[in-house]
Amino acid sequence: MAALSPSDSSRPSRDAAIASAEMSAKVRARRRYALIITLRLLLLVVFLGLWELGTDTKVIDAFFFSSPSGIGDQIWTWITEGTSQGPLWQQIYVTLEETFIGFFIGAVGGIIAGIILGRNRLLADVFSIYIKIANSVPRVVLGSVFIIALGLGMASKVALAVVMVFFVVFANAFQGVREADRAMIANAQILGASPFQITRTVIIPSAMSWILASLHVSFGFALVGAVVGEFLGAKQGMGLLISTAQGAFNANGVFAAMIILAVMALVIEFIITQIENRVLKWRPAPFSGQGT
Amino acid sequence: MNVQTVATRKVSPDVSAKDAAIAIDDVTLRFTTPDGNMMTALRDFTMTVAQGEFACVVGPTGCGKSTTLNLVTGLLKPTTGQVRVMGNPVTSISRDIGFVFQADALFPWRSVIDNVAAGPLYRGEPKKEAYERARDWIARVGLARFEKHYPHQLSGGMRKRVALAQTFINQPKILLMDEPFSALDIQTRTLMQDELLTLWSELKSSVVFVTHDLEEAIALADKVYVLTAGPGTVKSVYQIDLPRPRVMADIRYDTKFVEIARVIWDDLRQEVQLGQRRTLETGQ
Repeated sequence: MAALSPSDSSRPSRDAAIASAEMSAKVRARRRYALIITLRLLLLVVFLGLWELGTDTKVIDAFFFSSPSGIGDQIWTWITEGTSQGPLWQQIYVTLEETFIGFFIGAVGGIIAGIILGRNRLLADVFSIYIKIANSVPRVVLGSVFIIALGLGMASKVALAVVMVFFVVFANAFQGVREADRAMIANAQILGASPFQITRTVIIPSAMSWILASLHVSFGFALVGAVVGEFLGAKQGMGLLISTAQGAFNANGVFAAMIILAVMALVIEFIITQIENRVLKWRPAPFSGQGT
Repeated sequence: MNVQTVATRKVSPDVSAKDAAIAIDDVTLRFTTPDGNMMTALRDFTMTVAQGEFACVVGPTGCGKSTTLNLVTGLLKPTTGQVRVMGNPVTSISRDIGFVFQADALFPWRSVIDNVAAGPLYRGEPKKEAYERARDWIARVGLARFEKHYPHQLSGGMRKRVALAQTFINQPKILLMDEPFSALDIQTRTLMQDELLTLWSELKSSVVFVTHDLEEAIALADKVYVLTAGPGTVKSVYQIDLPRPRVMADIRYDTKFVEIARVIWDDLRQEVQLGQRRTLETGQ
């Protein structure tokens, strides 16, 4: 038997061919990315342009539906001259503070409750029915209760944000604990882990991808809780800004506040994703481990 | 002992040796299935593994092979009969036991070294010593360059090496293995079998190795237990008198090996066929 091998003379030319193929694949990928970005921008410009054109030609009534330039003016006014209830940054700060405190309390509570009930069959069977009932109550309505009970200050908004966040995080933490791999738990047990060590080193890490996924969703809920709470009655905050604009039939103000909230949510979403990638660096690729 | 023409001979299962590392004595195990039916997993099951002995358990699918291992760990309690490990009745998970699983049971969020150090750390060994020993064991399974890797960055064979190191670092006197290499390709499997025999010969543990691969069982074992189609009970026990150390890649072509395989396979085949027929008839 003779081992066949490619002759040495063909090797450099083949390497060159591979290099050029790689190069052109890279160029193609870059072009495709540029195309997507261009199309996205184009779509935005066309949408805003048509909106602006529509209001200019009176096809769309700017009084009800605002206009891009009107919204821009409104945001600029708020930045330079402040809002009717004080500087814009202060409104943002108040809303963010309520959101964060509510999010933190709700998330920590949800994680702890999820782990305890996930690890204890009896507690889970006893409580599950009540949690289902509590979860099916439209929780935004509780905002009114909190405002009556806790007043117009921060506490009522935080309470609403907590309630919004808690159930989402709880449900995910509970599921994550339940889905923890049996072989992995048995392995830890035989390697010598105590029940507490199993919870700390196996259950919590394996529930982590579920919990972090729920934090994405629930941060949005915390923001909704804070804004709705302010909407229902407050002295400060973005929700109050919307409600004041609504009272004055100022569509520009409503849209402007909405866009500011969206930007806030996007920035924080980005930060949560960064944290998630850091905590879950053991995963093959972000999100691929989810639900398994 | 005389030189035998056939390297295998049937032996009686209940060699009631005083120094047996594992003694499963006339155990019957019944489950209640979720729909309320009684199911017998094992019936009148007797098995002894002497200290330092390598025992393999083969049998048709679903005959309760893995159940025997869970009896030894104490995760399952026998309905009747008794299980003793190192002479003492099994009450809880013994510190002398190591278990290698069929599935990947490594912790995916821990690096290789953290995985291997897990056992000693769980058992309260100081961090420094635990990591020192972990480094040593990782080197012994040939993964010194991969200490900081995560399991998902390793191949199936490398993950199995980590699993072996993770188990062996606790220096178990009893080693239980549940089809540990069944998910590996045949070349990797041969390498891992050699690796296992090397580690085992250093540690002198008593091994119960469950497999559906008869050739694997003969190549590794001192003693092969053939189980009947469920409910599982011992059909026959064979002593494998192949010389050690054995080289996995070559032993399959040994004439003695082929002869033994033929004898045991004749025995096993009936059970496999019976088990298959039963599955097809009952649809379970």
